[in-house]
Parts: sequence; structure tokens; C-alpha cells
Amino acid sequence: MEHVFNYLIFPGFLFTAFAGILASWIDRKVTARVQWRVGPPFLQPLYDIVKLLGKETVIPRACSRFTFLLSPVFGLAAVTAVSTIVWKTMLWQNRGFAGDLIVVVYLLMIPSIALIVGGFASKNPIASLGASREMKLMLADELPFLIAVMVPVVQSNGAIKLDQLIAYQHTHGMVVGSISGVLALIVVIITTQAKLTLVPFDIPEAETEIMGGLEVEYSGTPLAIIKLTRMMMLFTLPMFLVLLFWGGVSFQGWSILWSILKYVFFLVLIVLIRNTNPRLRIDQAVKFLWGPVTFIGIAAVVLALMGK
Amino acid sequence: MGIKLKALTKSLWVYHLSTGSCNNCDIEILDCLTPRFDLERFGIVLVGSPRHADALLVTGNMTIKSMERAKEVYEQMPKPGVVIAIGTCALNHGVFSGSYVMPKTVDEVLPVDIYIPGCPPKPEGIIAGVAKLLALVKEKA
Repeated sequence: MEHVFNYLIFPGFLFTAFAGILASWIDRKVTARVQWRVGPPFLQPLYDIVKLLGKETVIPRACSRFTFLLSPVFGLAAVTAVSTIVWKTMLWQNRGFAGDLIVVVYLLMIPSIALIVGGFASKNPIASLGASREMKLMLADELPFLIAVMVPVVQSNGAIKLDQLIAYQHTHGMVVGSISGVLALIVVIITTQAKLTLVPFDIPEAETEIMGGLEVEYSGTPLAIIKLTRMMMLFTLPMFLVLLFWGGVSFQGWSILWSILKYVFFLVLIVLIRNTNPRLRIDQAVKFLWGPVTFIGIAAVVLALMGK
Repeated sequence: MGIKLKALTKSLWVYHLSTGSCNNCDIEILDCLTPRFDLERFGIVLVGSPRHADALLVTGNMTIKSMERAKEVYEQMPKPGVVIAIGTCALNHGVFSGSYVMPKTVDEVLPVDIYIPGCPPKPEGIIAGVAKLLALVKEKA
């Protein structure tokens, strides 16, 4: 019963959805300010979601109905599970299970996989193009991401439980305080950009080029689920980074404010990278992620093994 | 007013459909989205696929070739949705009236909800038209 409550309401679906909507508003507002605009009103992402839920769902005749409609739900379920695990570990002690770090890393892949499956199922050539690009991008960003996630694990002597990582950072100082931590954080922020498919890695969507790519055939409720999954990823992934590299969050007294600032720092950093870069081609992205970024990641792991 | 309709008026995603225009109206539409006018203040966003759209911005003369395509794009748009005809050509062909390649106007092919005249209409004019349309939708509900 407690698990159902945690998964559906707090800190699972409902909480993450509202936090994600808030994060999405911050994203759009900061983007607007960077472009010297006023930007959307506070409730704009919520209006978007409600509107999409109220619209007709068009299903293309040629597509595989079942896969097409179900794959967005899998993405949503996966990101909810990640958020639940990460928040339960941060809010209460000893709630994790052995190896939950590995589970989280795997679950973070599922929204992309769900989108790929949905894109191929819609039988639209543009969506297929987007799906194949997303697949290449996923192959490219998983390698440096996993290598960089190894740095906190190495520093805390092989802890693969999230609350062990937090406990280590409470006693020994945060991971980002060391040279290897800083290098790993740079790698992780770049790969986060790719995982959220934001500019410069928005190659699978590329609105000006392939018209939204993967989600081109989606409308109505499934589109609302996809958008909501994106917003929740925008909340969950930076929170996971805060946990891994910056000692998690705590809710005692003034540290609430500090915890929120940590998250907003990551979010605004991601938004600023998104707004000041052009889109890469897919071959450039793979070369970049498997070349310099992976190299920095390996260097960070070696430094961590040397204890720096 | 229902919550669905309220959300629709607060977040109108537009798809931009040219049916043989001279590109002037299209440039003015894009001007609406620039920082100077910033339609995102009202939740209006330009989308790339008619499946995501709530409003079709139709410009141009509706040539014979584009009639079929315009109908198809309209059917691809999930309902409820509105059609906005922009520019004199879309209203009554303007200087091209009587031409043999454009037997019908936009409103004979698609159910147009509001007309915005001008050759091309100013961005202020387009914004005023959309605001009037939203007020009309709110009044009817």
C-alpha cells in the first residue's frame, strides 16, 4: 500500500508531474529571457497538457495501433519509477535496495526506447528517420554517461546503493569537490543534454528539419503523455545528478532553500547550453560523444582510482 | 466555459499552410513569433506537424493543385480546431481574381472561422484577429 502511494502520489507520479510542469515553465521562461522576449505565463505547460488531453486522438491507418498507443505509457511509467527511487532515497534513510543505482541508470534509458518504438510503429518516414537518429544518439550518449557515473562509485569504494553514495558524501564531502568529480560532472551534463534531446543534441526532433521527428504522428492524449514524460525527465535527471555529485537534498530548516538552488542551478545550466548552441549533425554528435567526451570520462575514472 | 475549452484558448498551437501565396503573408506570420511581438506570451506556438495543431493559418490563393492538399491537412488536424484565413488572396483572390488556376477561395474549400484582410496584414493585425477569434470562442461557450 505504501509503495502504491509512493509510486502514484508522493514522490511518484503526481509530485513529479507538477514539479516537471514547473521545471518546463522555468525552461521556457529562461529561454524567452535569453531571446529578449517576455515568455509564457506561469501555468502555460499545464494548459498545454490539459488541452492535449481534451483533443481528438488521430491514429494513422497504416500504423500498429497497440504499440503506437502503448509505448508512451511505458516511457511515463519508467520516469515515474526513477523519480520514486531517487526521491525515496533522498527523503528517508535506508529505503533503497542493493544495486538501485544500476536500476536507475537502466530505467533512464526506457523513455528513449519507448519513443523509438512508438516512432517506428507510426509508419511515418519522418518518424522512422527520427527514431533511427534517436537510436544512434542513445548509443553515443550511454557510453560516456556510464563511465562518468562510475566516478562517484569509485570514490565511495564501490557503493552501488544510492543511500550509500549520499552517506559517503555527507562524511567525505561531495563528489564535485574533487578534480575527478568536476570532470565527471562536465561529461554528465553534456550527456544529460543528449538524453533530454535538447539543443545541441535535438537531432531526433529537429523541428526545423524533420518536423518534430519521432512524435510527428502523435496527437491528443498520447502526445500529452510524451510531453509530460519530457517535462518529468527535465525534473528527474538533474535531481539524479544532484544526488550523485552534489550530496542530494535535505529538508531541514534553511537547507530546503539550498537544495532547491542546487536543482535550479543544474536546470538553468542545461537551459543556457540549449540556448547558446547550434544543432549538431548526427555524425558530429557521435564523434563528439565517443571522442573527447568519453576521453574526459575515462580520465576522470583514472583520477578517481588514484584518489584525486 | 469548460476546462478543455479554456485550455484550448490559452494554448493555441498553429500550423502554417501556404496554398500558393506570394510569401509575404508567411513572412508576416513569422514576424508575430519574433521577440518584438512574442506570441508565446499567449501560449501560441508554431508547430511542424498538422497532427499537433489547433489552428491552421491559411495563406494564399488556393490554387487547383493545393485544394486537395489543403483538405487533407485540415482532416489531419485533430478536432476541435480552427481555420484562420490570412491575407487578401485568401479572402477573395485580390488582384488575381478571375484567374483560371484558382476557381475557389479558401472558404469554399475549408470551414474558415475568421478572416484577416491585408496585403500583407501587419503582425498587429494578425494578433488582433486571433484575439477576436478567441473572444468569439469564449462568448459562444
